[in-house]
Amino acid sequence: MSILGRLTPEALQHGPLAAIGLVNVAIAGAVAALVVVGLLSYFHLWSRLVGGAKWLWSEWLTSLDPKKIGVMYIVLATLMLLRGVADAGMIRAQQVLSVGSSHGVIPVDTFQQVFSAHGTIMIFFVAMGLMFGLINLIVPLQIGARDVAFPFMNSASFWLYAAGMALINLSLVVGEFAATGWLAYPPLSELAYSPGVGVDYWIWSIQIAGIGSLLSGINFLVTILKMRAPGMTLMKMPMFVWSVLNSMVLVAFAFPILTATLAMLALDRALGMHFFTSSFGGNPMMYINLIWAWGHPEVYILILPAFGVFSEVVATFSQKRLFGYKSMVWALGAITFLSFTVWLHHFFTMGAGANVNAFFGIMTAVIAVPTGVKVFNWLFTMYRGRVHFNTPMMWFLGFVMTFTIGGMTGVLMSIPAIDFQVHNTLFLVAHFHNMIIGGVVFGYFAGITYWFPKIFGFKLNERLGRYAFWCWVIGFCLAFIPLYILGLMGAARRLDHYDASMGWQGLFIVAGVGVMVIALGIGFQILQMIVSVRARKQNLDTTGDPWNGRTLEWSTVSPAPFYNFAITPGVHGRDPFWAMKQSGHVRSEAPKYQDIQLPKNSAMGIFIAAFAFAFGFSLIWHIWWLAVVALLGIISCLILRLTNDDTEYTLTAAELARLESKNSRKGIRS
Amino acid sequence: MSELKTNLPASRDESKTVFGFWVYLMTDCVLFASLFATFAVLRGNTFGGPSGADLFSLPFVLGETLLLLTSSFTMGLAVLATQRGLKTQVLAWLAVTVFLGAAFLTMELTEFTNLVREGNSWVRSGFLSSFFTLVGTHGLHIATGLLWIGVMAAQVYRRGLGHATLRRLTLLSMFWHFLDLIWIFIFTIVYLMGAVQG
Amino acid sequence: MSKPFKIVAIVLVVLAAGVGKFLLLNGHTIDVLMPKGTIAKQELDLLVTATLLMMVVVIPVFILTITIAWKYRATNTKAKYSPDWDHNRAIETLWWAVPFMLILVISVITWKSSHELDPFKPLASNKPPITIQVVALQWKWLFIYPEQHIASVNLVELPVDTPVNFVITSDAPMNSFWIPQLGGQVYAMSGMSTQLHLMASESGSYHGSSANISGQGYSGMKFIAKASSRHDFDDWVTSAQQSPSVLSKAEYDHLALPSQNNPVSTYTLAQADLYDGVVMKYMKP
Repeated sequence: MSILGRLTPEALQHGPLAAIGLVNVAIAGAVAALVVVGLLSYFHLWSRLVGGAKWLWSEWLTSLDPKKIGVMYIVLATLMLLRGVADAGMIRAQQVLSVGSSHGVIPVDTFQQVFSAHGTIMIFFVAMGLMFGLINLIVPLQIGARDVAFPFMNSASFWLYAAGMALINLSLVVGEFAATGWLAYPPLSELAYSPGVGVDYWIWSIQIAGIGSLLSGINFLVTILKMRAPGMTLMKMPMFVWSVLNSMVLVAFAFPILTATLAMLALDRALGMHFFTSSFGGNPMMYINLIWAWGHPEVYILILPAFGVFSEVVATFSQKRLFGYKSMVWALGAITFLSFTVWLHHFFTMGAGANVNAFFGIMTAVIAVPTGVKVFNWLFTMYRGRVHFNTPMMWFLGFVMTFTIGGMTGVLMSIPAIDFQVHNTLFLVAHFHNMIIGGVVFGYFAGITYWFPKIFGFKLNERLGRYAFWCWVIGFCLAFIPLYILGLMGAARRLDHYDASMGWQGLFIVAGVGVMVIALGIGFQILQMIVSVRARKQNLDTTGDPWNGRTLEWSTVSPAPFYNFAITPGVHGRDPFWAMKQSGHVRSEAPKYQDIQLPKNSAMGIFIAAFAFAFGFSLIWHIWWLAVVALLGIISCLILRLTNDDTEYTLTAAELARLESKNSRKGIRS
Repeated sequence: MSELKTNLPASRDESKTVFGFWVYLMTDCVLFASLFATFAVLRGNTFGGPSGADLFSLPFVLGETLLLLTSSFTMGLAVLATQRGLKTQVLAWLAVTVFLGAAFLTMELTEFTNLVREGNSWVRSGFLSSFFTLVGTHGLHIATGLLWIGVMAAQVYRRGLGHATLRRLTLLSMFWHFLDLIWIFIFTIVYLMGAVQG
Repeated sequence: MSKPFKIVAIVLVVLAAGVGKFLLLNGHTIDVLMPKGTIAKQELDLLVTATLLMMVVVIPVFILTITIAWKYRATNTKAKYSPDWDHNRAIETLWWAVPFMLILVISVITWKSSHELDPFKPLASNKPPITIQVVALQWKWLFIYPEQHIASVNLVELPVDTPVNFVITSDAPMNSFWIPQLGGQVYAMSGMSTQLHLMASESGSYHGSSANISGQGYSGMKFIAKASSRHDFDDWVTSAQQSPSVLSKAEYDHLALPSQNNPVSTYTLAQADLYDGVVMKYMKP
C-alpha cells in the first residue's frame, strides 16, 4: 500500500460536489472574514492588523477563559449553521426540481451526501456548539465562580470540536462524505455497501467532536456540583444551571455509548470485524439500538439547556419570580431519567412485538407530562407579571407555539400503530424540526440575545432581532407544515426523486420558499450583528444589568471581566441579585480584595486537537504511519501538560483593586 | 454580601479533581457496559466458528487474574508508602506494579496471538469481534495505566512526593483498581460463563 | 408590532390558499387519510382520536399563552402585579394531574392498539389468507407467491377482502416495506423475516415504496399494490404461471444484482424454498 494509504489524486477530483464545496467554503470564508473584521474593529485593532494574528493567538485561541471559549464555540457553530442551511436549500431545490422525467440539480450520490451532512452538522456542530457556547459563557457566572473545574480540559474540548468540524468540512474537498443518513445505519454503512471514505469521514469527525463533548460534560458536571458560590445550595441554583446539570448528566451517561458504537463501526470497516455486518454473526439491529440509546438522550441534552434559557428569560422579562421552581426541578429530573427509557420508539417498525412497542410508546408519552408542566409553569410566570416583549421574549412565545405543535405530533408518533404510518416519512422530519428549531434553536437564539450584553458590553439591535424572529417563525411554518402533509401523502424522507403523479411538487415548493424565508431571517441576524457592533455606543450596557435581571451574572460589570467577580458573591436565596437590589444592598462599601489564582493560557489544547485531526484523517485514508505519529503526538502533549505544575498565575489584590476602580469609574458597580 | 475567601482552599481543589475523576470512571464504566452488552448479544453468533468453550483456557486466564489482583495490591502499597512519605518504597512498589501489569499484558497478547495464528481472529465471527474488542479495550486501558505509572515514577523520582504528585498518585490508583474491577467482570462474564455455557 | 402581524396574516392566508389549491384542485390522494384497507382504516381512526385528545392540552396552551402574555404586558399597568408570587400548590397539582390523566388515556389506547394492530398478528376473516413473501433487493421489490408458484417484481397483486400475510426480508441494506393506503410499515432486514398482515377493502392500485434509505437506487424502490376481485386475481395468477421467465436460483442471483427502476415483470417459481434460502444465507456459512 502506498505511503498515503487510500489517498490518491483522484480523491480531489469531484464534479458537482467540488463546486458546491467551493461555494460553501466561500460562504464560510466570507463570514469568517466578516467576523474577524468585526471583532478586530470592535477591539480597535485595525491599526495593529499585522499583530492581529498574534493577538488572536494569545487573547483568544490559547485562552482558557470560558467566556472566550464560549464565544469561539458560537462563532464556529454559526459558520456551520450557514453551511447546514445551504445544505437544506440544496435538499429542497433537488426535491422541487427532481420530478418525473427531470432528475434535478445534483446527482443522487451527492444529494445523499448533502442530507447526511445536513443532519450531522446541525446536531453535532451547530446545536452542540451553540449549547456548549452558552454554557461556557454563562454557567460559571451564574454560579458565582471564576472559572470551570478543569480550564485546560475545557479548551481541549473546544479544540476537539473544532477538529471534528475541520474533518467534516475537509470531506467536501478531499474525498466524499457519507451517503447513509445522519446516523449511518448498517448494513448500508458497512464496507459491503459503502466502500468509500464517506462513512469514515462521518465516523471520525463526530467521534473526535463527541469525545470533546464528553469531556465538557464531565467538566461542567463537576463545575456545577463543586464550584458554586457559598450559600448557593442546589435548590437555590438558577434554573438554567439546573437544566445544564441535567443535560451534563445525560452527556456523561450517553456519550460513552456513542464513542463505543462509533468505534465498533470503525473496527468493522477498518479491520473487517463483524459487529454490525449482515452476515458472519453480525447484528445491524444492535447498532440501531445502541445509536438511539445515545441518540434519544442527545435530543434532551440539546433541549434541556434551551428550557433553562427560557426559564431565565421568562422570569426576567416578566419581572417576576419563576413560577413553580420545585416543579421545574422535578420535571427536569423526570425528563432526564425518562429519556433513557424511550429509545426504541425510533424503530417500532423493526418488529419487536406488541408488548415491547407498547411499553416504549407509553414511556414516550409519559415524557409529555413533565414537559407540559414546564410549559404551564412558564405561562404562569407571566401571569401577574409585567411582560416586556424584548426579542428573547419573542423567541419564547414563538417557542411555546411551535413546540406545543411538535409535542402533539410527538405524542401521536409515540403510539406505535400510528408511527407505522408516519415513521421515516416527511411527517417525522417535520416533527423533529418542530422540536429542534422551535425548541433548541429558538432557545439558543433567545439565550444569545439575552446574555449578549453581559459578554460584549452592548445590546443587540431590537428591531432587526424582531425581523429575524418573524422570518424564522414564518419560514418555519412554511417549511415544515407542508412536510407534515407530504408525510401523510406517503412521501418518505430522503427521496431524491418522485413521480409527478404523486402531486407532491407544490408542497415542496412551499417548503422551499420557507427555507428562503428562514435564510432571510439569518440574513437579518447577520445584519443585526453588524448594525449592533457599529452602533454599540448607543446600546452600551453601562450598568451591567440591562434587563433588570435576577441572577448573579448581572451583578458584575458588562462585559464581564476575565476574573468574573472581584469578590466571590454570597448567596442567600433564589434570584440572589434581585434580592440584593430589593434590599438595596448592592455595593460593597470598602471591598477587601484578595489575591486570586487564574489559569495561564495554554496552546496544548490546540496541539492535541491538531494531532487528533491528523489521527482521524489518517484512519479515514488508512495512512497507518501517520496514525501512529499522531497518537504519539497526543500522548506526548498530554504527558507534558499533565505533569506541568505551573499552570496558574496570581492576580494580586492590588492589581484587582486597580481593575475594579477602572470599572467603577465607568459608572459600574463592583 | 458576606465577604468570603477569594482563593479556594487546596482541599476543595483536591476534591474537585478526585470527584471529576470519579465521574470520568463512571463514563468509562458506561463505555465498558456498552461493550459488555454487545458481547452478550453476539456471544452465540459464532457463524460456524469456535465458541468460548472451544477457545478459552481457564487456568491461563486465572493466572492473568492473579497477576492483576496482585498488582492492585502492590499499587495500594505504593499509595500507603506515599502517605508515609517513603520515596524509595513508593518507587519500588510502582516498579513491582509495572512488572505485574506488563506480565498480564504479555499473557493477554500471547492469548491473542495464538488465537489469530489458529485462524480465529476477529474477522472469523461476530462473537470473536466482540471478544477481541472487549478484552482488547481493557488491555488498552492497562497499557495506558502502565505508561501512566512510568510517568508517575519518573515524577516521584525527580520531584519527590509533593502535593501535586500525591494527588496524581491517588487518581492513578483509582484508575488501576477500576481496571481490576472491570477485569473481574471480564473474567466472570467472558471466560467463566463462556467456558461453562459453551 | 401590528405590521409584522399583518405580514403573518397575509402569508398564512396565501399559504392556506396555496395548499388548498394543490390538494383540492389537483385531486391527489393523501394516502394515510384515505385508507383502502382495514388496517390503514384503524390506524387512521387512531390518529384522529389521538389528535383530538391532544387538543385538550394544545388549545388551552395556545389560548393561555396569548391571553396571559397580552393581559400582563408591561404597558398594561392596570393589571395586577405580584412579583413574588411563585407557587400555588393547587394550581401546580392541577397541571401535573391533567396531562397525567390525558397520558393515562393515551397509554391505555397505546397498549390496546399496539396489540390489536400488531403487524405480526394474523387478521381474522372467513376467507383463507394468502401468503406473499417479500424480498427487498438492490433496488427493487421481489414478491414471491409460494402457494401459486409465481413471483413478480415491483408489482404485488392481491385479492380484495382477503387477509394477506406478508413475510418480509432483505437481500440488500435495510428497507422499510410500506403501502400507506393499506397499512403501516415494517422493516425488511437481511437474515430476518418480519411479518405484516394487511387486507384491502377496495379494488384499486395503491402506491408502495421503501421508507428507509438503502443506497443509490432508493428512490426508485417503488411498486404498485394492486387489489382486485378474486376472479381478476386468479386470472392474473394464471397468466403469471404461463410467464416464459423462470425464477431459478441462478436467475434470482442475477436479479439480485444492483439495478435501478426495474420494470414490472412476472416469473414462474422454480424453487419453492427460494425465500428461506435468501433468509438463511446470512445466518450460517
